[in-house]
Amino acid sequence: MHLDDQAVPSTALSVQPGYSSSGRLERVLRAGSFAVTTEIAPPDSADSAEVYRRAGIFDGWVDAINATDGSGANCHMSSVGVCSLLTRKGYATVMQVSCRDRNRIAIQGDVLGAAAMGVSSILCLTGDGVQAGDQPDAKPVFDFDCMSLLQTVAAMRDRSELMSGRPLTVPPKVFIGAAANPFAPPLDYRPLRLQKKIEAGAQFVQTQYCFDLERLTWYMRQARDLGLDERCFILVGVGPLASARTAAWLRDNVPGVHIPDAIIKRLLEANDQKEEGIRICVEMIQAIREIEGVHGVHVMAYRQEHRIPDIIGASGVLAGRVPWYPGCTEISPQ
Amino acid sequence: MRAANDTMYQVRQWSVRNARLLEWLYDHFEGLLLALHPLWLWLGYDRVEGPIRQLECRIKSLLFDCCMCGDCVLGKTGMSCPMNCPKELRNGPCGGVHETGYCEIEPDMRCVWVDAVEGAARMRDSSGLQVIQPPLAQSHRGASSWLREVREKRDRRFFGNGT
Repeated sequence: MHLDDQAVPSTALSVQPGYSSSGRLERVLRAGSFAVTTEIAPPDSADSAEVYRRAGIFDGWVDAINATDGSGANCHMSSVGVCSLLTRKGYATVMQVSCRDRNRIAIQGDVLGAAAMGVSSILCLTGDGVQAGDQPDAKPVFDFDCMSLLQTVAAMRDRSELMSGRPLTVPPKVFIGAAANPFAPPLDYRPLRLQKKIEAGAQFVQTQYCFDLERLTWYMRQARDLGLDERCFILVGVGPLASARTAAWLRDNVPGVHIPDAIIKRLLEANDQKEEGIRICVEMIQAIREIEGVHGVHVMAYRQEHRIPDIIGASGVLAGRVPWYPGCTEISPQ
Repeated sequence: MRAANDTMYQVRQWSVRNARLLEWLYDHFEGLLLALHPLWLWLGYDRVEGPIRQLECRIKSLLFDCCMCGDCVLGKTGMSCPMNCPKELRNGPCGGVHETGYCEIEPDMRCVWVDAVEGAARMRDSSGLQVIQPPLAQSHRGASSWLREVREKRDRRFFGNGT
């Protein structure tokens, strides 16, 4: 997508009237395009070149890159660090902030620092429990939860003040997001939980992996009945399963991931399970796109990042649009 | 399973099943505490804090597995105490709830928010679930929530709430 005030790397776009941020993701969504986001696997190293190498895989295929914050309670390069590197080159980032590792003082400071570096979207998460990761004896903080975090970031931006009421001279101009899991119990309450997150300040949500269209369809119907799709951009999470074994492992070991038996059966019966996983993902994206009120997809392809261009290309959801990337010369019609 | 041999846990589950009764009881009890405001004032809130805190702790640990966070929201969470959530989430369930409705961190415990949603549905006023709770004031931990609420309600009545 071409923007009139197209960024050159390391300079920020302007904030359009009525917009919250200068971010490309907000622009794409507000323009009514079907947005595609993904997430970068932060390296277990202090190497900036590795971050750029991993981000480069997505060039031309995604509107924003999520930088995860110790996902699965495993320690990796921080989301602040990854974002500081990526924004230098002009990448649109979604900085994930988890409540597990830092208290309110640290988080508000990080939000200011991130916005100063050019981070224009922030995803407010509760975070996985510490027991899920490689350092289960760590102290779980959870001073904020995602709801109070959303409210605090929104107040910092809209009222120019910290939680204590102390004023900010320049507020963080950020597009605020949250996570949603339509697939975990209590299922009946999940749409209301989304509503509560919107009340708290969420402008977009990215969901947990969707492998169950029936559940998603029900959830979206409820969301539409509550008018939520008009108050918030909904990006549905998808991803390729590498094999039936991976799928079963994910289902049993990663909290909140719901994979119906039919999907695992389909993988089991395939000649090439990896390719079947990609096909399922592509079909899922195409089906999700048809659901009213869905504004985009969030593709999580852990350890299969190099397949993202294939997946997004085959799904056709960009409809010829080429999202901006550093060094991009192609101009696609808006 | 935890439910089979843990009496505390079973009482907690009973409280959720009887959320409506407990809501009614607390409403009346709070009325009594409020009516006694002049007495608390005469005795001094600081002086009654100790005994009332003891009483509150005994009753609520028995009924709710309470750990005296000092900022009770049971009336808004279907009588299922959110501080029993390993993440101490006060605004609803995280995304990690197991397919069976059990907790991702303590697999023998039902998610306190799965309980909360059920409990709230039994109550006269179930809108509390949608109230956004601010992060817990750590300085309130260990203090009596009953007395603080009475004092705040009394102040609001006395000074008005600005509306």
